[in-house]
Amino acid sequence: MLTQKLINDGNHAVDEMLRGVLAAHPKHLTLASPRAIVAKHGPRPGKVALVIGGGSGHEPTFLGFVGKGLADAAAVGNVFASPPPQPIVDAAMAVHGGAGVLFMYGNYAGDVMNFDMATELLEMEDIEARTVLTTDDIASSPDRSKRRGVAGNVFIFKVAGAAADLMLPLDEVARIAAHANARTYTMGVALSACSLPQTRRLNFDLPAGEMEIGMGIHGEPGIRRGPLKPANDVADEIIDAILAEMAAPKGANVAVLVNSLGSTPLMELYILYARVAERLAAADLTVHTALVGPYCTSMEMAGASITIMHLDEELAQLLDHPCDCAMFRVG
Amino acid sequence: MDFTTQDLTDLFANLAGRMAAERDALCALDGLIGDADHGIAMEQGMQAAAAAVPNLATLQDQFNAAAKAFLNAVGASSGPLYATAFMRAAKTAGPRAAMPGAETPDLITAMAEGIAHRGKAEPGQKTMIDAWHPASEAAKSGATWPEILRAAQSGADATAQMQASLGRAARLGERSLGHKDPGAVSACMIIEEFAKVLS
Repeated sequence: MLTQKLINDGNHAVDEMLRGVLAAHPKHLTLASPRAIVAKHGPRPGKVALVIGGGSGHEPTFLGFVGKGLADAAAVGNVFASPPPQPIVDAAMAVHGGAGVLFMYGNYAGDVMNFDMATELLEMEDIEARTVLTTDDIASSPDRSKRRGVAGNVFIFKVAGAAADLMLPLDEVARIAAHANARTYTMGVALSACSLPQTRRLNFDLPAGEMEIGMGIHGEPGIRRGPLKPANDVADEIIDAILAEMAAPKGANVAVLVNSLGSTPLMELYILYARVAERLAAADLTVHTALVGPYCTSMEMAGASITIMHLDEELAQLLDHPCDCAMFRVG
Repeated sequence: MDFTTQDLTDLFANLAGRMAAERDALCALDGLIGDADHGIAMEQGMQAAAAAVPNLATLQDQFNAAAKAFLNAVGASSGPLYATAFMRAAKTAGPRAAMPGAETPDLITAMAEGIAHRGKAEPGQKTMIDAWHPASEAAKSGATWPEILRAAQSGADATAQMQASLGRAARLGERSLGHKDPGAVSACMIIEEFAKVLS
């Protein structure tokens, strides 16, 4: 059976979405080329340009985080597919201010190849581009450098965008971005599959009554499948895994994101958040920032992820720095 | 018999048709161990390549045009990999309107080297290289097109017994066992279309 979607033509879903995004947010966003979205305010001479990007289907990631104080531009790929080098180059050329470009995106083989090709093309234009990969999905590998980047992106990009907005040099923005990534931990749970607009077929098979812990945001299999449990038990399993790895001292500050993978409603996210808040209080951790909602989705997948960023003073200040994006604001 | 620009135009048209026909099967195979989009990327890439190659003067121009079109239509991981493969094939074909049929297995070797270079993959990691590498080795040893194809197919079949250590399926560990790598399967389809036109 084909899934039901409000689309016109699956092959044009990404471009039609972009048309809507630009029509809805003319004060914030414009195009450098058909798949390169740039911020109207923010990019300026002397500022490190932060360029993010990746496959579509995760909205508001990535294009929703383009705006003053956060990313200067985003390269937009097909659904779940890295953008090719050209829109990445177009985005970087449109927003660079002579202080270098920082590419940030989730750690996936395709994204790495395309952004690396874009870096080589920019070198020929004498524009320096560096890369900091996000690797916050703790379920995807025991080795941090091999992990996927998922919902923690929003905190990591936010911190790097603030550092760039404060006119720090490229070395410093890259150091802060890597520091933010190293202290960000995410784990998700999927309750039902999603489908690509071109095929409208569920991209994995999850029997009724089951959940998959650790599933990726493209439906990559997770670490364990089992019967669906109450929200508190799911929150406990995820929080246990994150706290064990984060090993924060008592009294530390954290930022928390309870994220919907697409079709899971706010009611369920807040039920999860209530447990997360209890658990963090019991561990003597102070919540500095809490986000609850759809920040990094997997189209209509049901499920949620929990992200915790272990803050220090520098990260907390950068998280609080104002930003004004089409789909995300601080201050 | 010579391999001409018209033959290459026909070959890319066949590749586009083949990938369209196999799209859903490749997506389903990818869904078992990856993100279920491999068939879509291959269909879009080959369609763009097929549209880019007619009416160009040399095989080199055609392969380069195919590389650029495939890359810009797709991105993903297959975009850079096949774009690099086609650019290497362009260099091997050279600025000629035709190449001797006996030299055409060199195209497979060039493509395999391009893919290995861009993806930094070694045989045995459950990727498309497990089809391309044995095909390339067969081509280097002077094998016929049916032999080259058989080498690719047994390489792709062997991926079912491999544990992924590179690419998106690498995060699966043991759970990738038992399923063939979709990139190796589509590589066999490509080599099969080459073999049909060239043997």
